[in-house]
Order: sequence, then C-alpha cells, then structure tokens
Amino acid sequence: MGFPLLVRAIRLSIEAIDRKLEDAAATLGANRGFVFLTVTLPLALPGIIAGMVLCFAKALGEFGATITFVSNIPGETQTLSAAIYTYTQSPNGDAAAGRLVIVAIVISLIALIASEWLARRAGTRLHGE
Amino acid sequence: MLVVDVEKRLGEFAVAAKFEAADGVTALFGPSGSGKTSIVNMIAGLIRPDRGRISYGGRIVFDSGAPHDEPPHRRRFGYVFQDGRLFPHMTVARNLDYGRRMRGLARDEAEHKRIVDMLDIGDLLARRPGKLSGGERQRVAIGRALLMKPDLLLLDEPLASLDAARKRDIFPYLLRLRDEAAVPMVYVSHHPGELRRIATTVVRIDAGRVTGIGGTELLEVEEDAL
Repeated sequence: MGFPLLVRAIRLSIEAIDRKLEDAAATLGANRGFVFLTVTLPLALPGIIAGMVLCFAKALGEFGATITFVSNIPGETQTLSAAIYTYTQSPNGDAAAGRLVIVAIVISLIALIASEWLARRAGTRLHGE
Repeated sequence: MLVVDVEKRLGEFAVAAKFEAADGVTALFGPSGSGKTSIVNMIAGLIRPDRGRISYGGRIVFDSGAPHDEPPHRRRFGYVFQDGRLFPHMTVARNLDYGRRMRGLARDEAEHKRIVDMLDIGDLLARRPGKLSGGERQRVAIGRALLMKPDLLLLDEPLASLDAARKRDIFPYLLRLRDEAAVPMVYVSHHPGELRRIATTVVRIDAGRVTGIGGTELLEVEEDAL
C-alpha cells in the first residue's frame, strides 16, 4: 500500500532534475542509458531515499489491507499495528499493547533520523563538499 | 568545414539560417534573442530542425531529406554552455573525465595534463563544482568539453555569466585554445570586442536569419549601429 508513495516520490525527484544537465551529458557522448545512470539517478537519490522511508513507514503501520486480505495471523501476517489491535481487544492486553506502542515509536524515530541523515548526506554530495 | 542550412519554428519566432564556415573560429554574432543559441543547439543535436541539413567535414549529422538525425552523443561536438552545467554530484576530476569515459576512449595522460595546465585547473581537481567561482567553473567546463576530444567545439557565450575582471581572466585561455589546441570552434557572442580578438570568420545573425558572412569587419558595422 506504500508503493504509490514510493513511485510518486521517485517521479517527482526525477522530474525536478535540470534537463540541461542531461543535455550536457549527451553532448559529452553519453547515450540515454548512461545519462540516466550517471546523471539522473544520482541526482534523484535524496528523493528516492525519502520515498523509501515513506514507503517503509506506511508498511510498518499497515492495518486495513493486512486484515482484509491476509488476515491477522500471529508470526505470519501480523503487523505491528494489527498486534496492538489484538492486545487491546483482550482483557489483560493493555500492558503488552503499551510495550508495542513504545516499540513502534522507537522504530519510527530511528527511521526518521536515518532518513534525515541519508538525505542530508546525499544533499551535501550534490551541492558541494 | 561546417555547413549549416536549417529552419526551425519556435513558437512565434522562426530561425532560418544558412552558412558555411571554414575551420578556425567561427563567430555567431548578433543581438540577444536573435536565435544564435538555437542554431548552436541544432548543430549539437539538442534541438531538431524542422527542415534542413547540417554537416561537418563532409560528415552529415542531420538531413531532413534522408531522413538522418544523429543523436547528440554520437556527434562528437564538444559544447561549452553559458552556465557551465558541471555535474554537481561529481568532483572536478570526474567532470573532466566524463566525456572520455562515456566515449570509451583510453586515458591519455599527456593530453589530460596539457589541458589541465593550459586552463590552470590542476588545483581544483578534488573540489566539487558547488565550491568553485564562476570563472573556475567555466574553465572546468571548457576542459571537460576538450577532453572528450571533440571534432568541433561549440561555445555559447562562455563569458556572459562572468563579471568584467573574470572575463579578462578567462579570455587568454580561449585564445590559447584557438592557437594551441587547434580545435575548430563555433563561438556565440553578442560582444564585438570579444569576437574581434578571437574570430576568424564572422556570421552575423539577426532575427533568426544570417545577415552577413565575412571577416571581423562585420563586427565594426554592427558596433556603429548600436
């Protein structure tokens, strides 16, 4: 379910690239494939990373599609949010649900920090030392 | 010998240019917006003419009659853009090496050193384009175009984005390019002073049409008219 987010982020970042740089690469002897590999793709990298993180976050919190199509089988198809739901439905599950909520928060914080760091690193690579 | 005979509609504006130019430095001279850059882009293969024919040294690169349209990466025409267009994600060294790698040429250390020395860019090799001054960037762009071993070098207002002091810095490199590298050039500019010192043939362009072909005396006429 996160895939459209990924595609959209990649598409936007590729469209934002200066076509003039691709023209310059072509005059230097690069065919279309090499223009894409050596200019378009590296320049789109920050956007691709952002899209991947978004997609990951969406997958982590997946609930509706999981329940509907593959159901909520512990150890097989149960996602984090589905597990939290299961615990909140049982009489003594509140503590376990609370622990899972903390796990979810920690994972999303790590993902956020990692994506910021990766995007910044890619950004400095693009715009100077 | 470069033979250009092209027509192209660009919205309201139409370019219809026909000229032949011997090797040396051919100046495309005319006011801003007269279609000079469009003509150079057609020579480079970045714009496709509606009709016409372009050949260089007997090799036809575009012919709407055949029809034949060689893609830019096979034309072997180096292009120095007004705005440099260095790849921001590569170091200067990798920018310089790009054309050679893409064309699959063997590394020629002597040639590499000669061009790096001629343009005085040896100290910049490890830097990234974002950290270069305008003049440095333009010198690297010239080096990058030369190191792909072009048959013909296209320069589109290579000094236009620089201030007067920087222009004075770079211009000697362009003269050395003409005298030492001996690569035929098409040099676009609206600045008669620049062209008077570098051009061997002048093609005067106005409103998309060629209004005169000759020597540097064509520049004088234009300057009086201004």
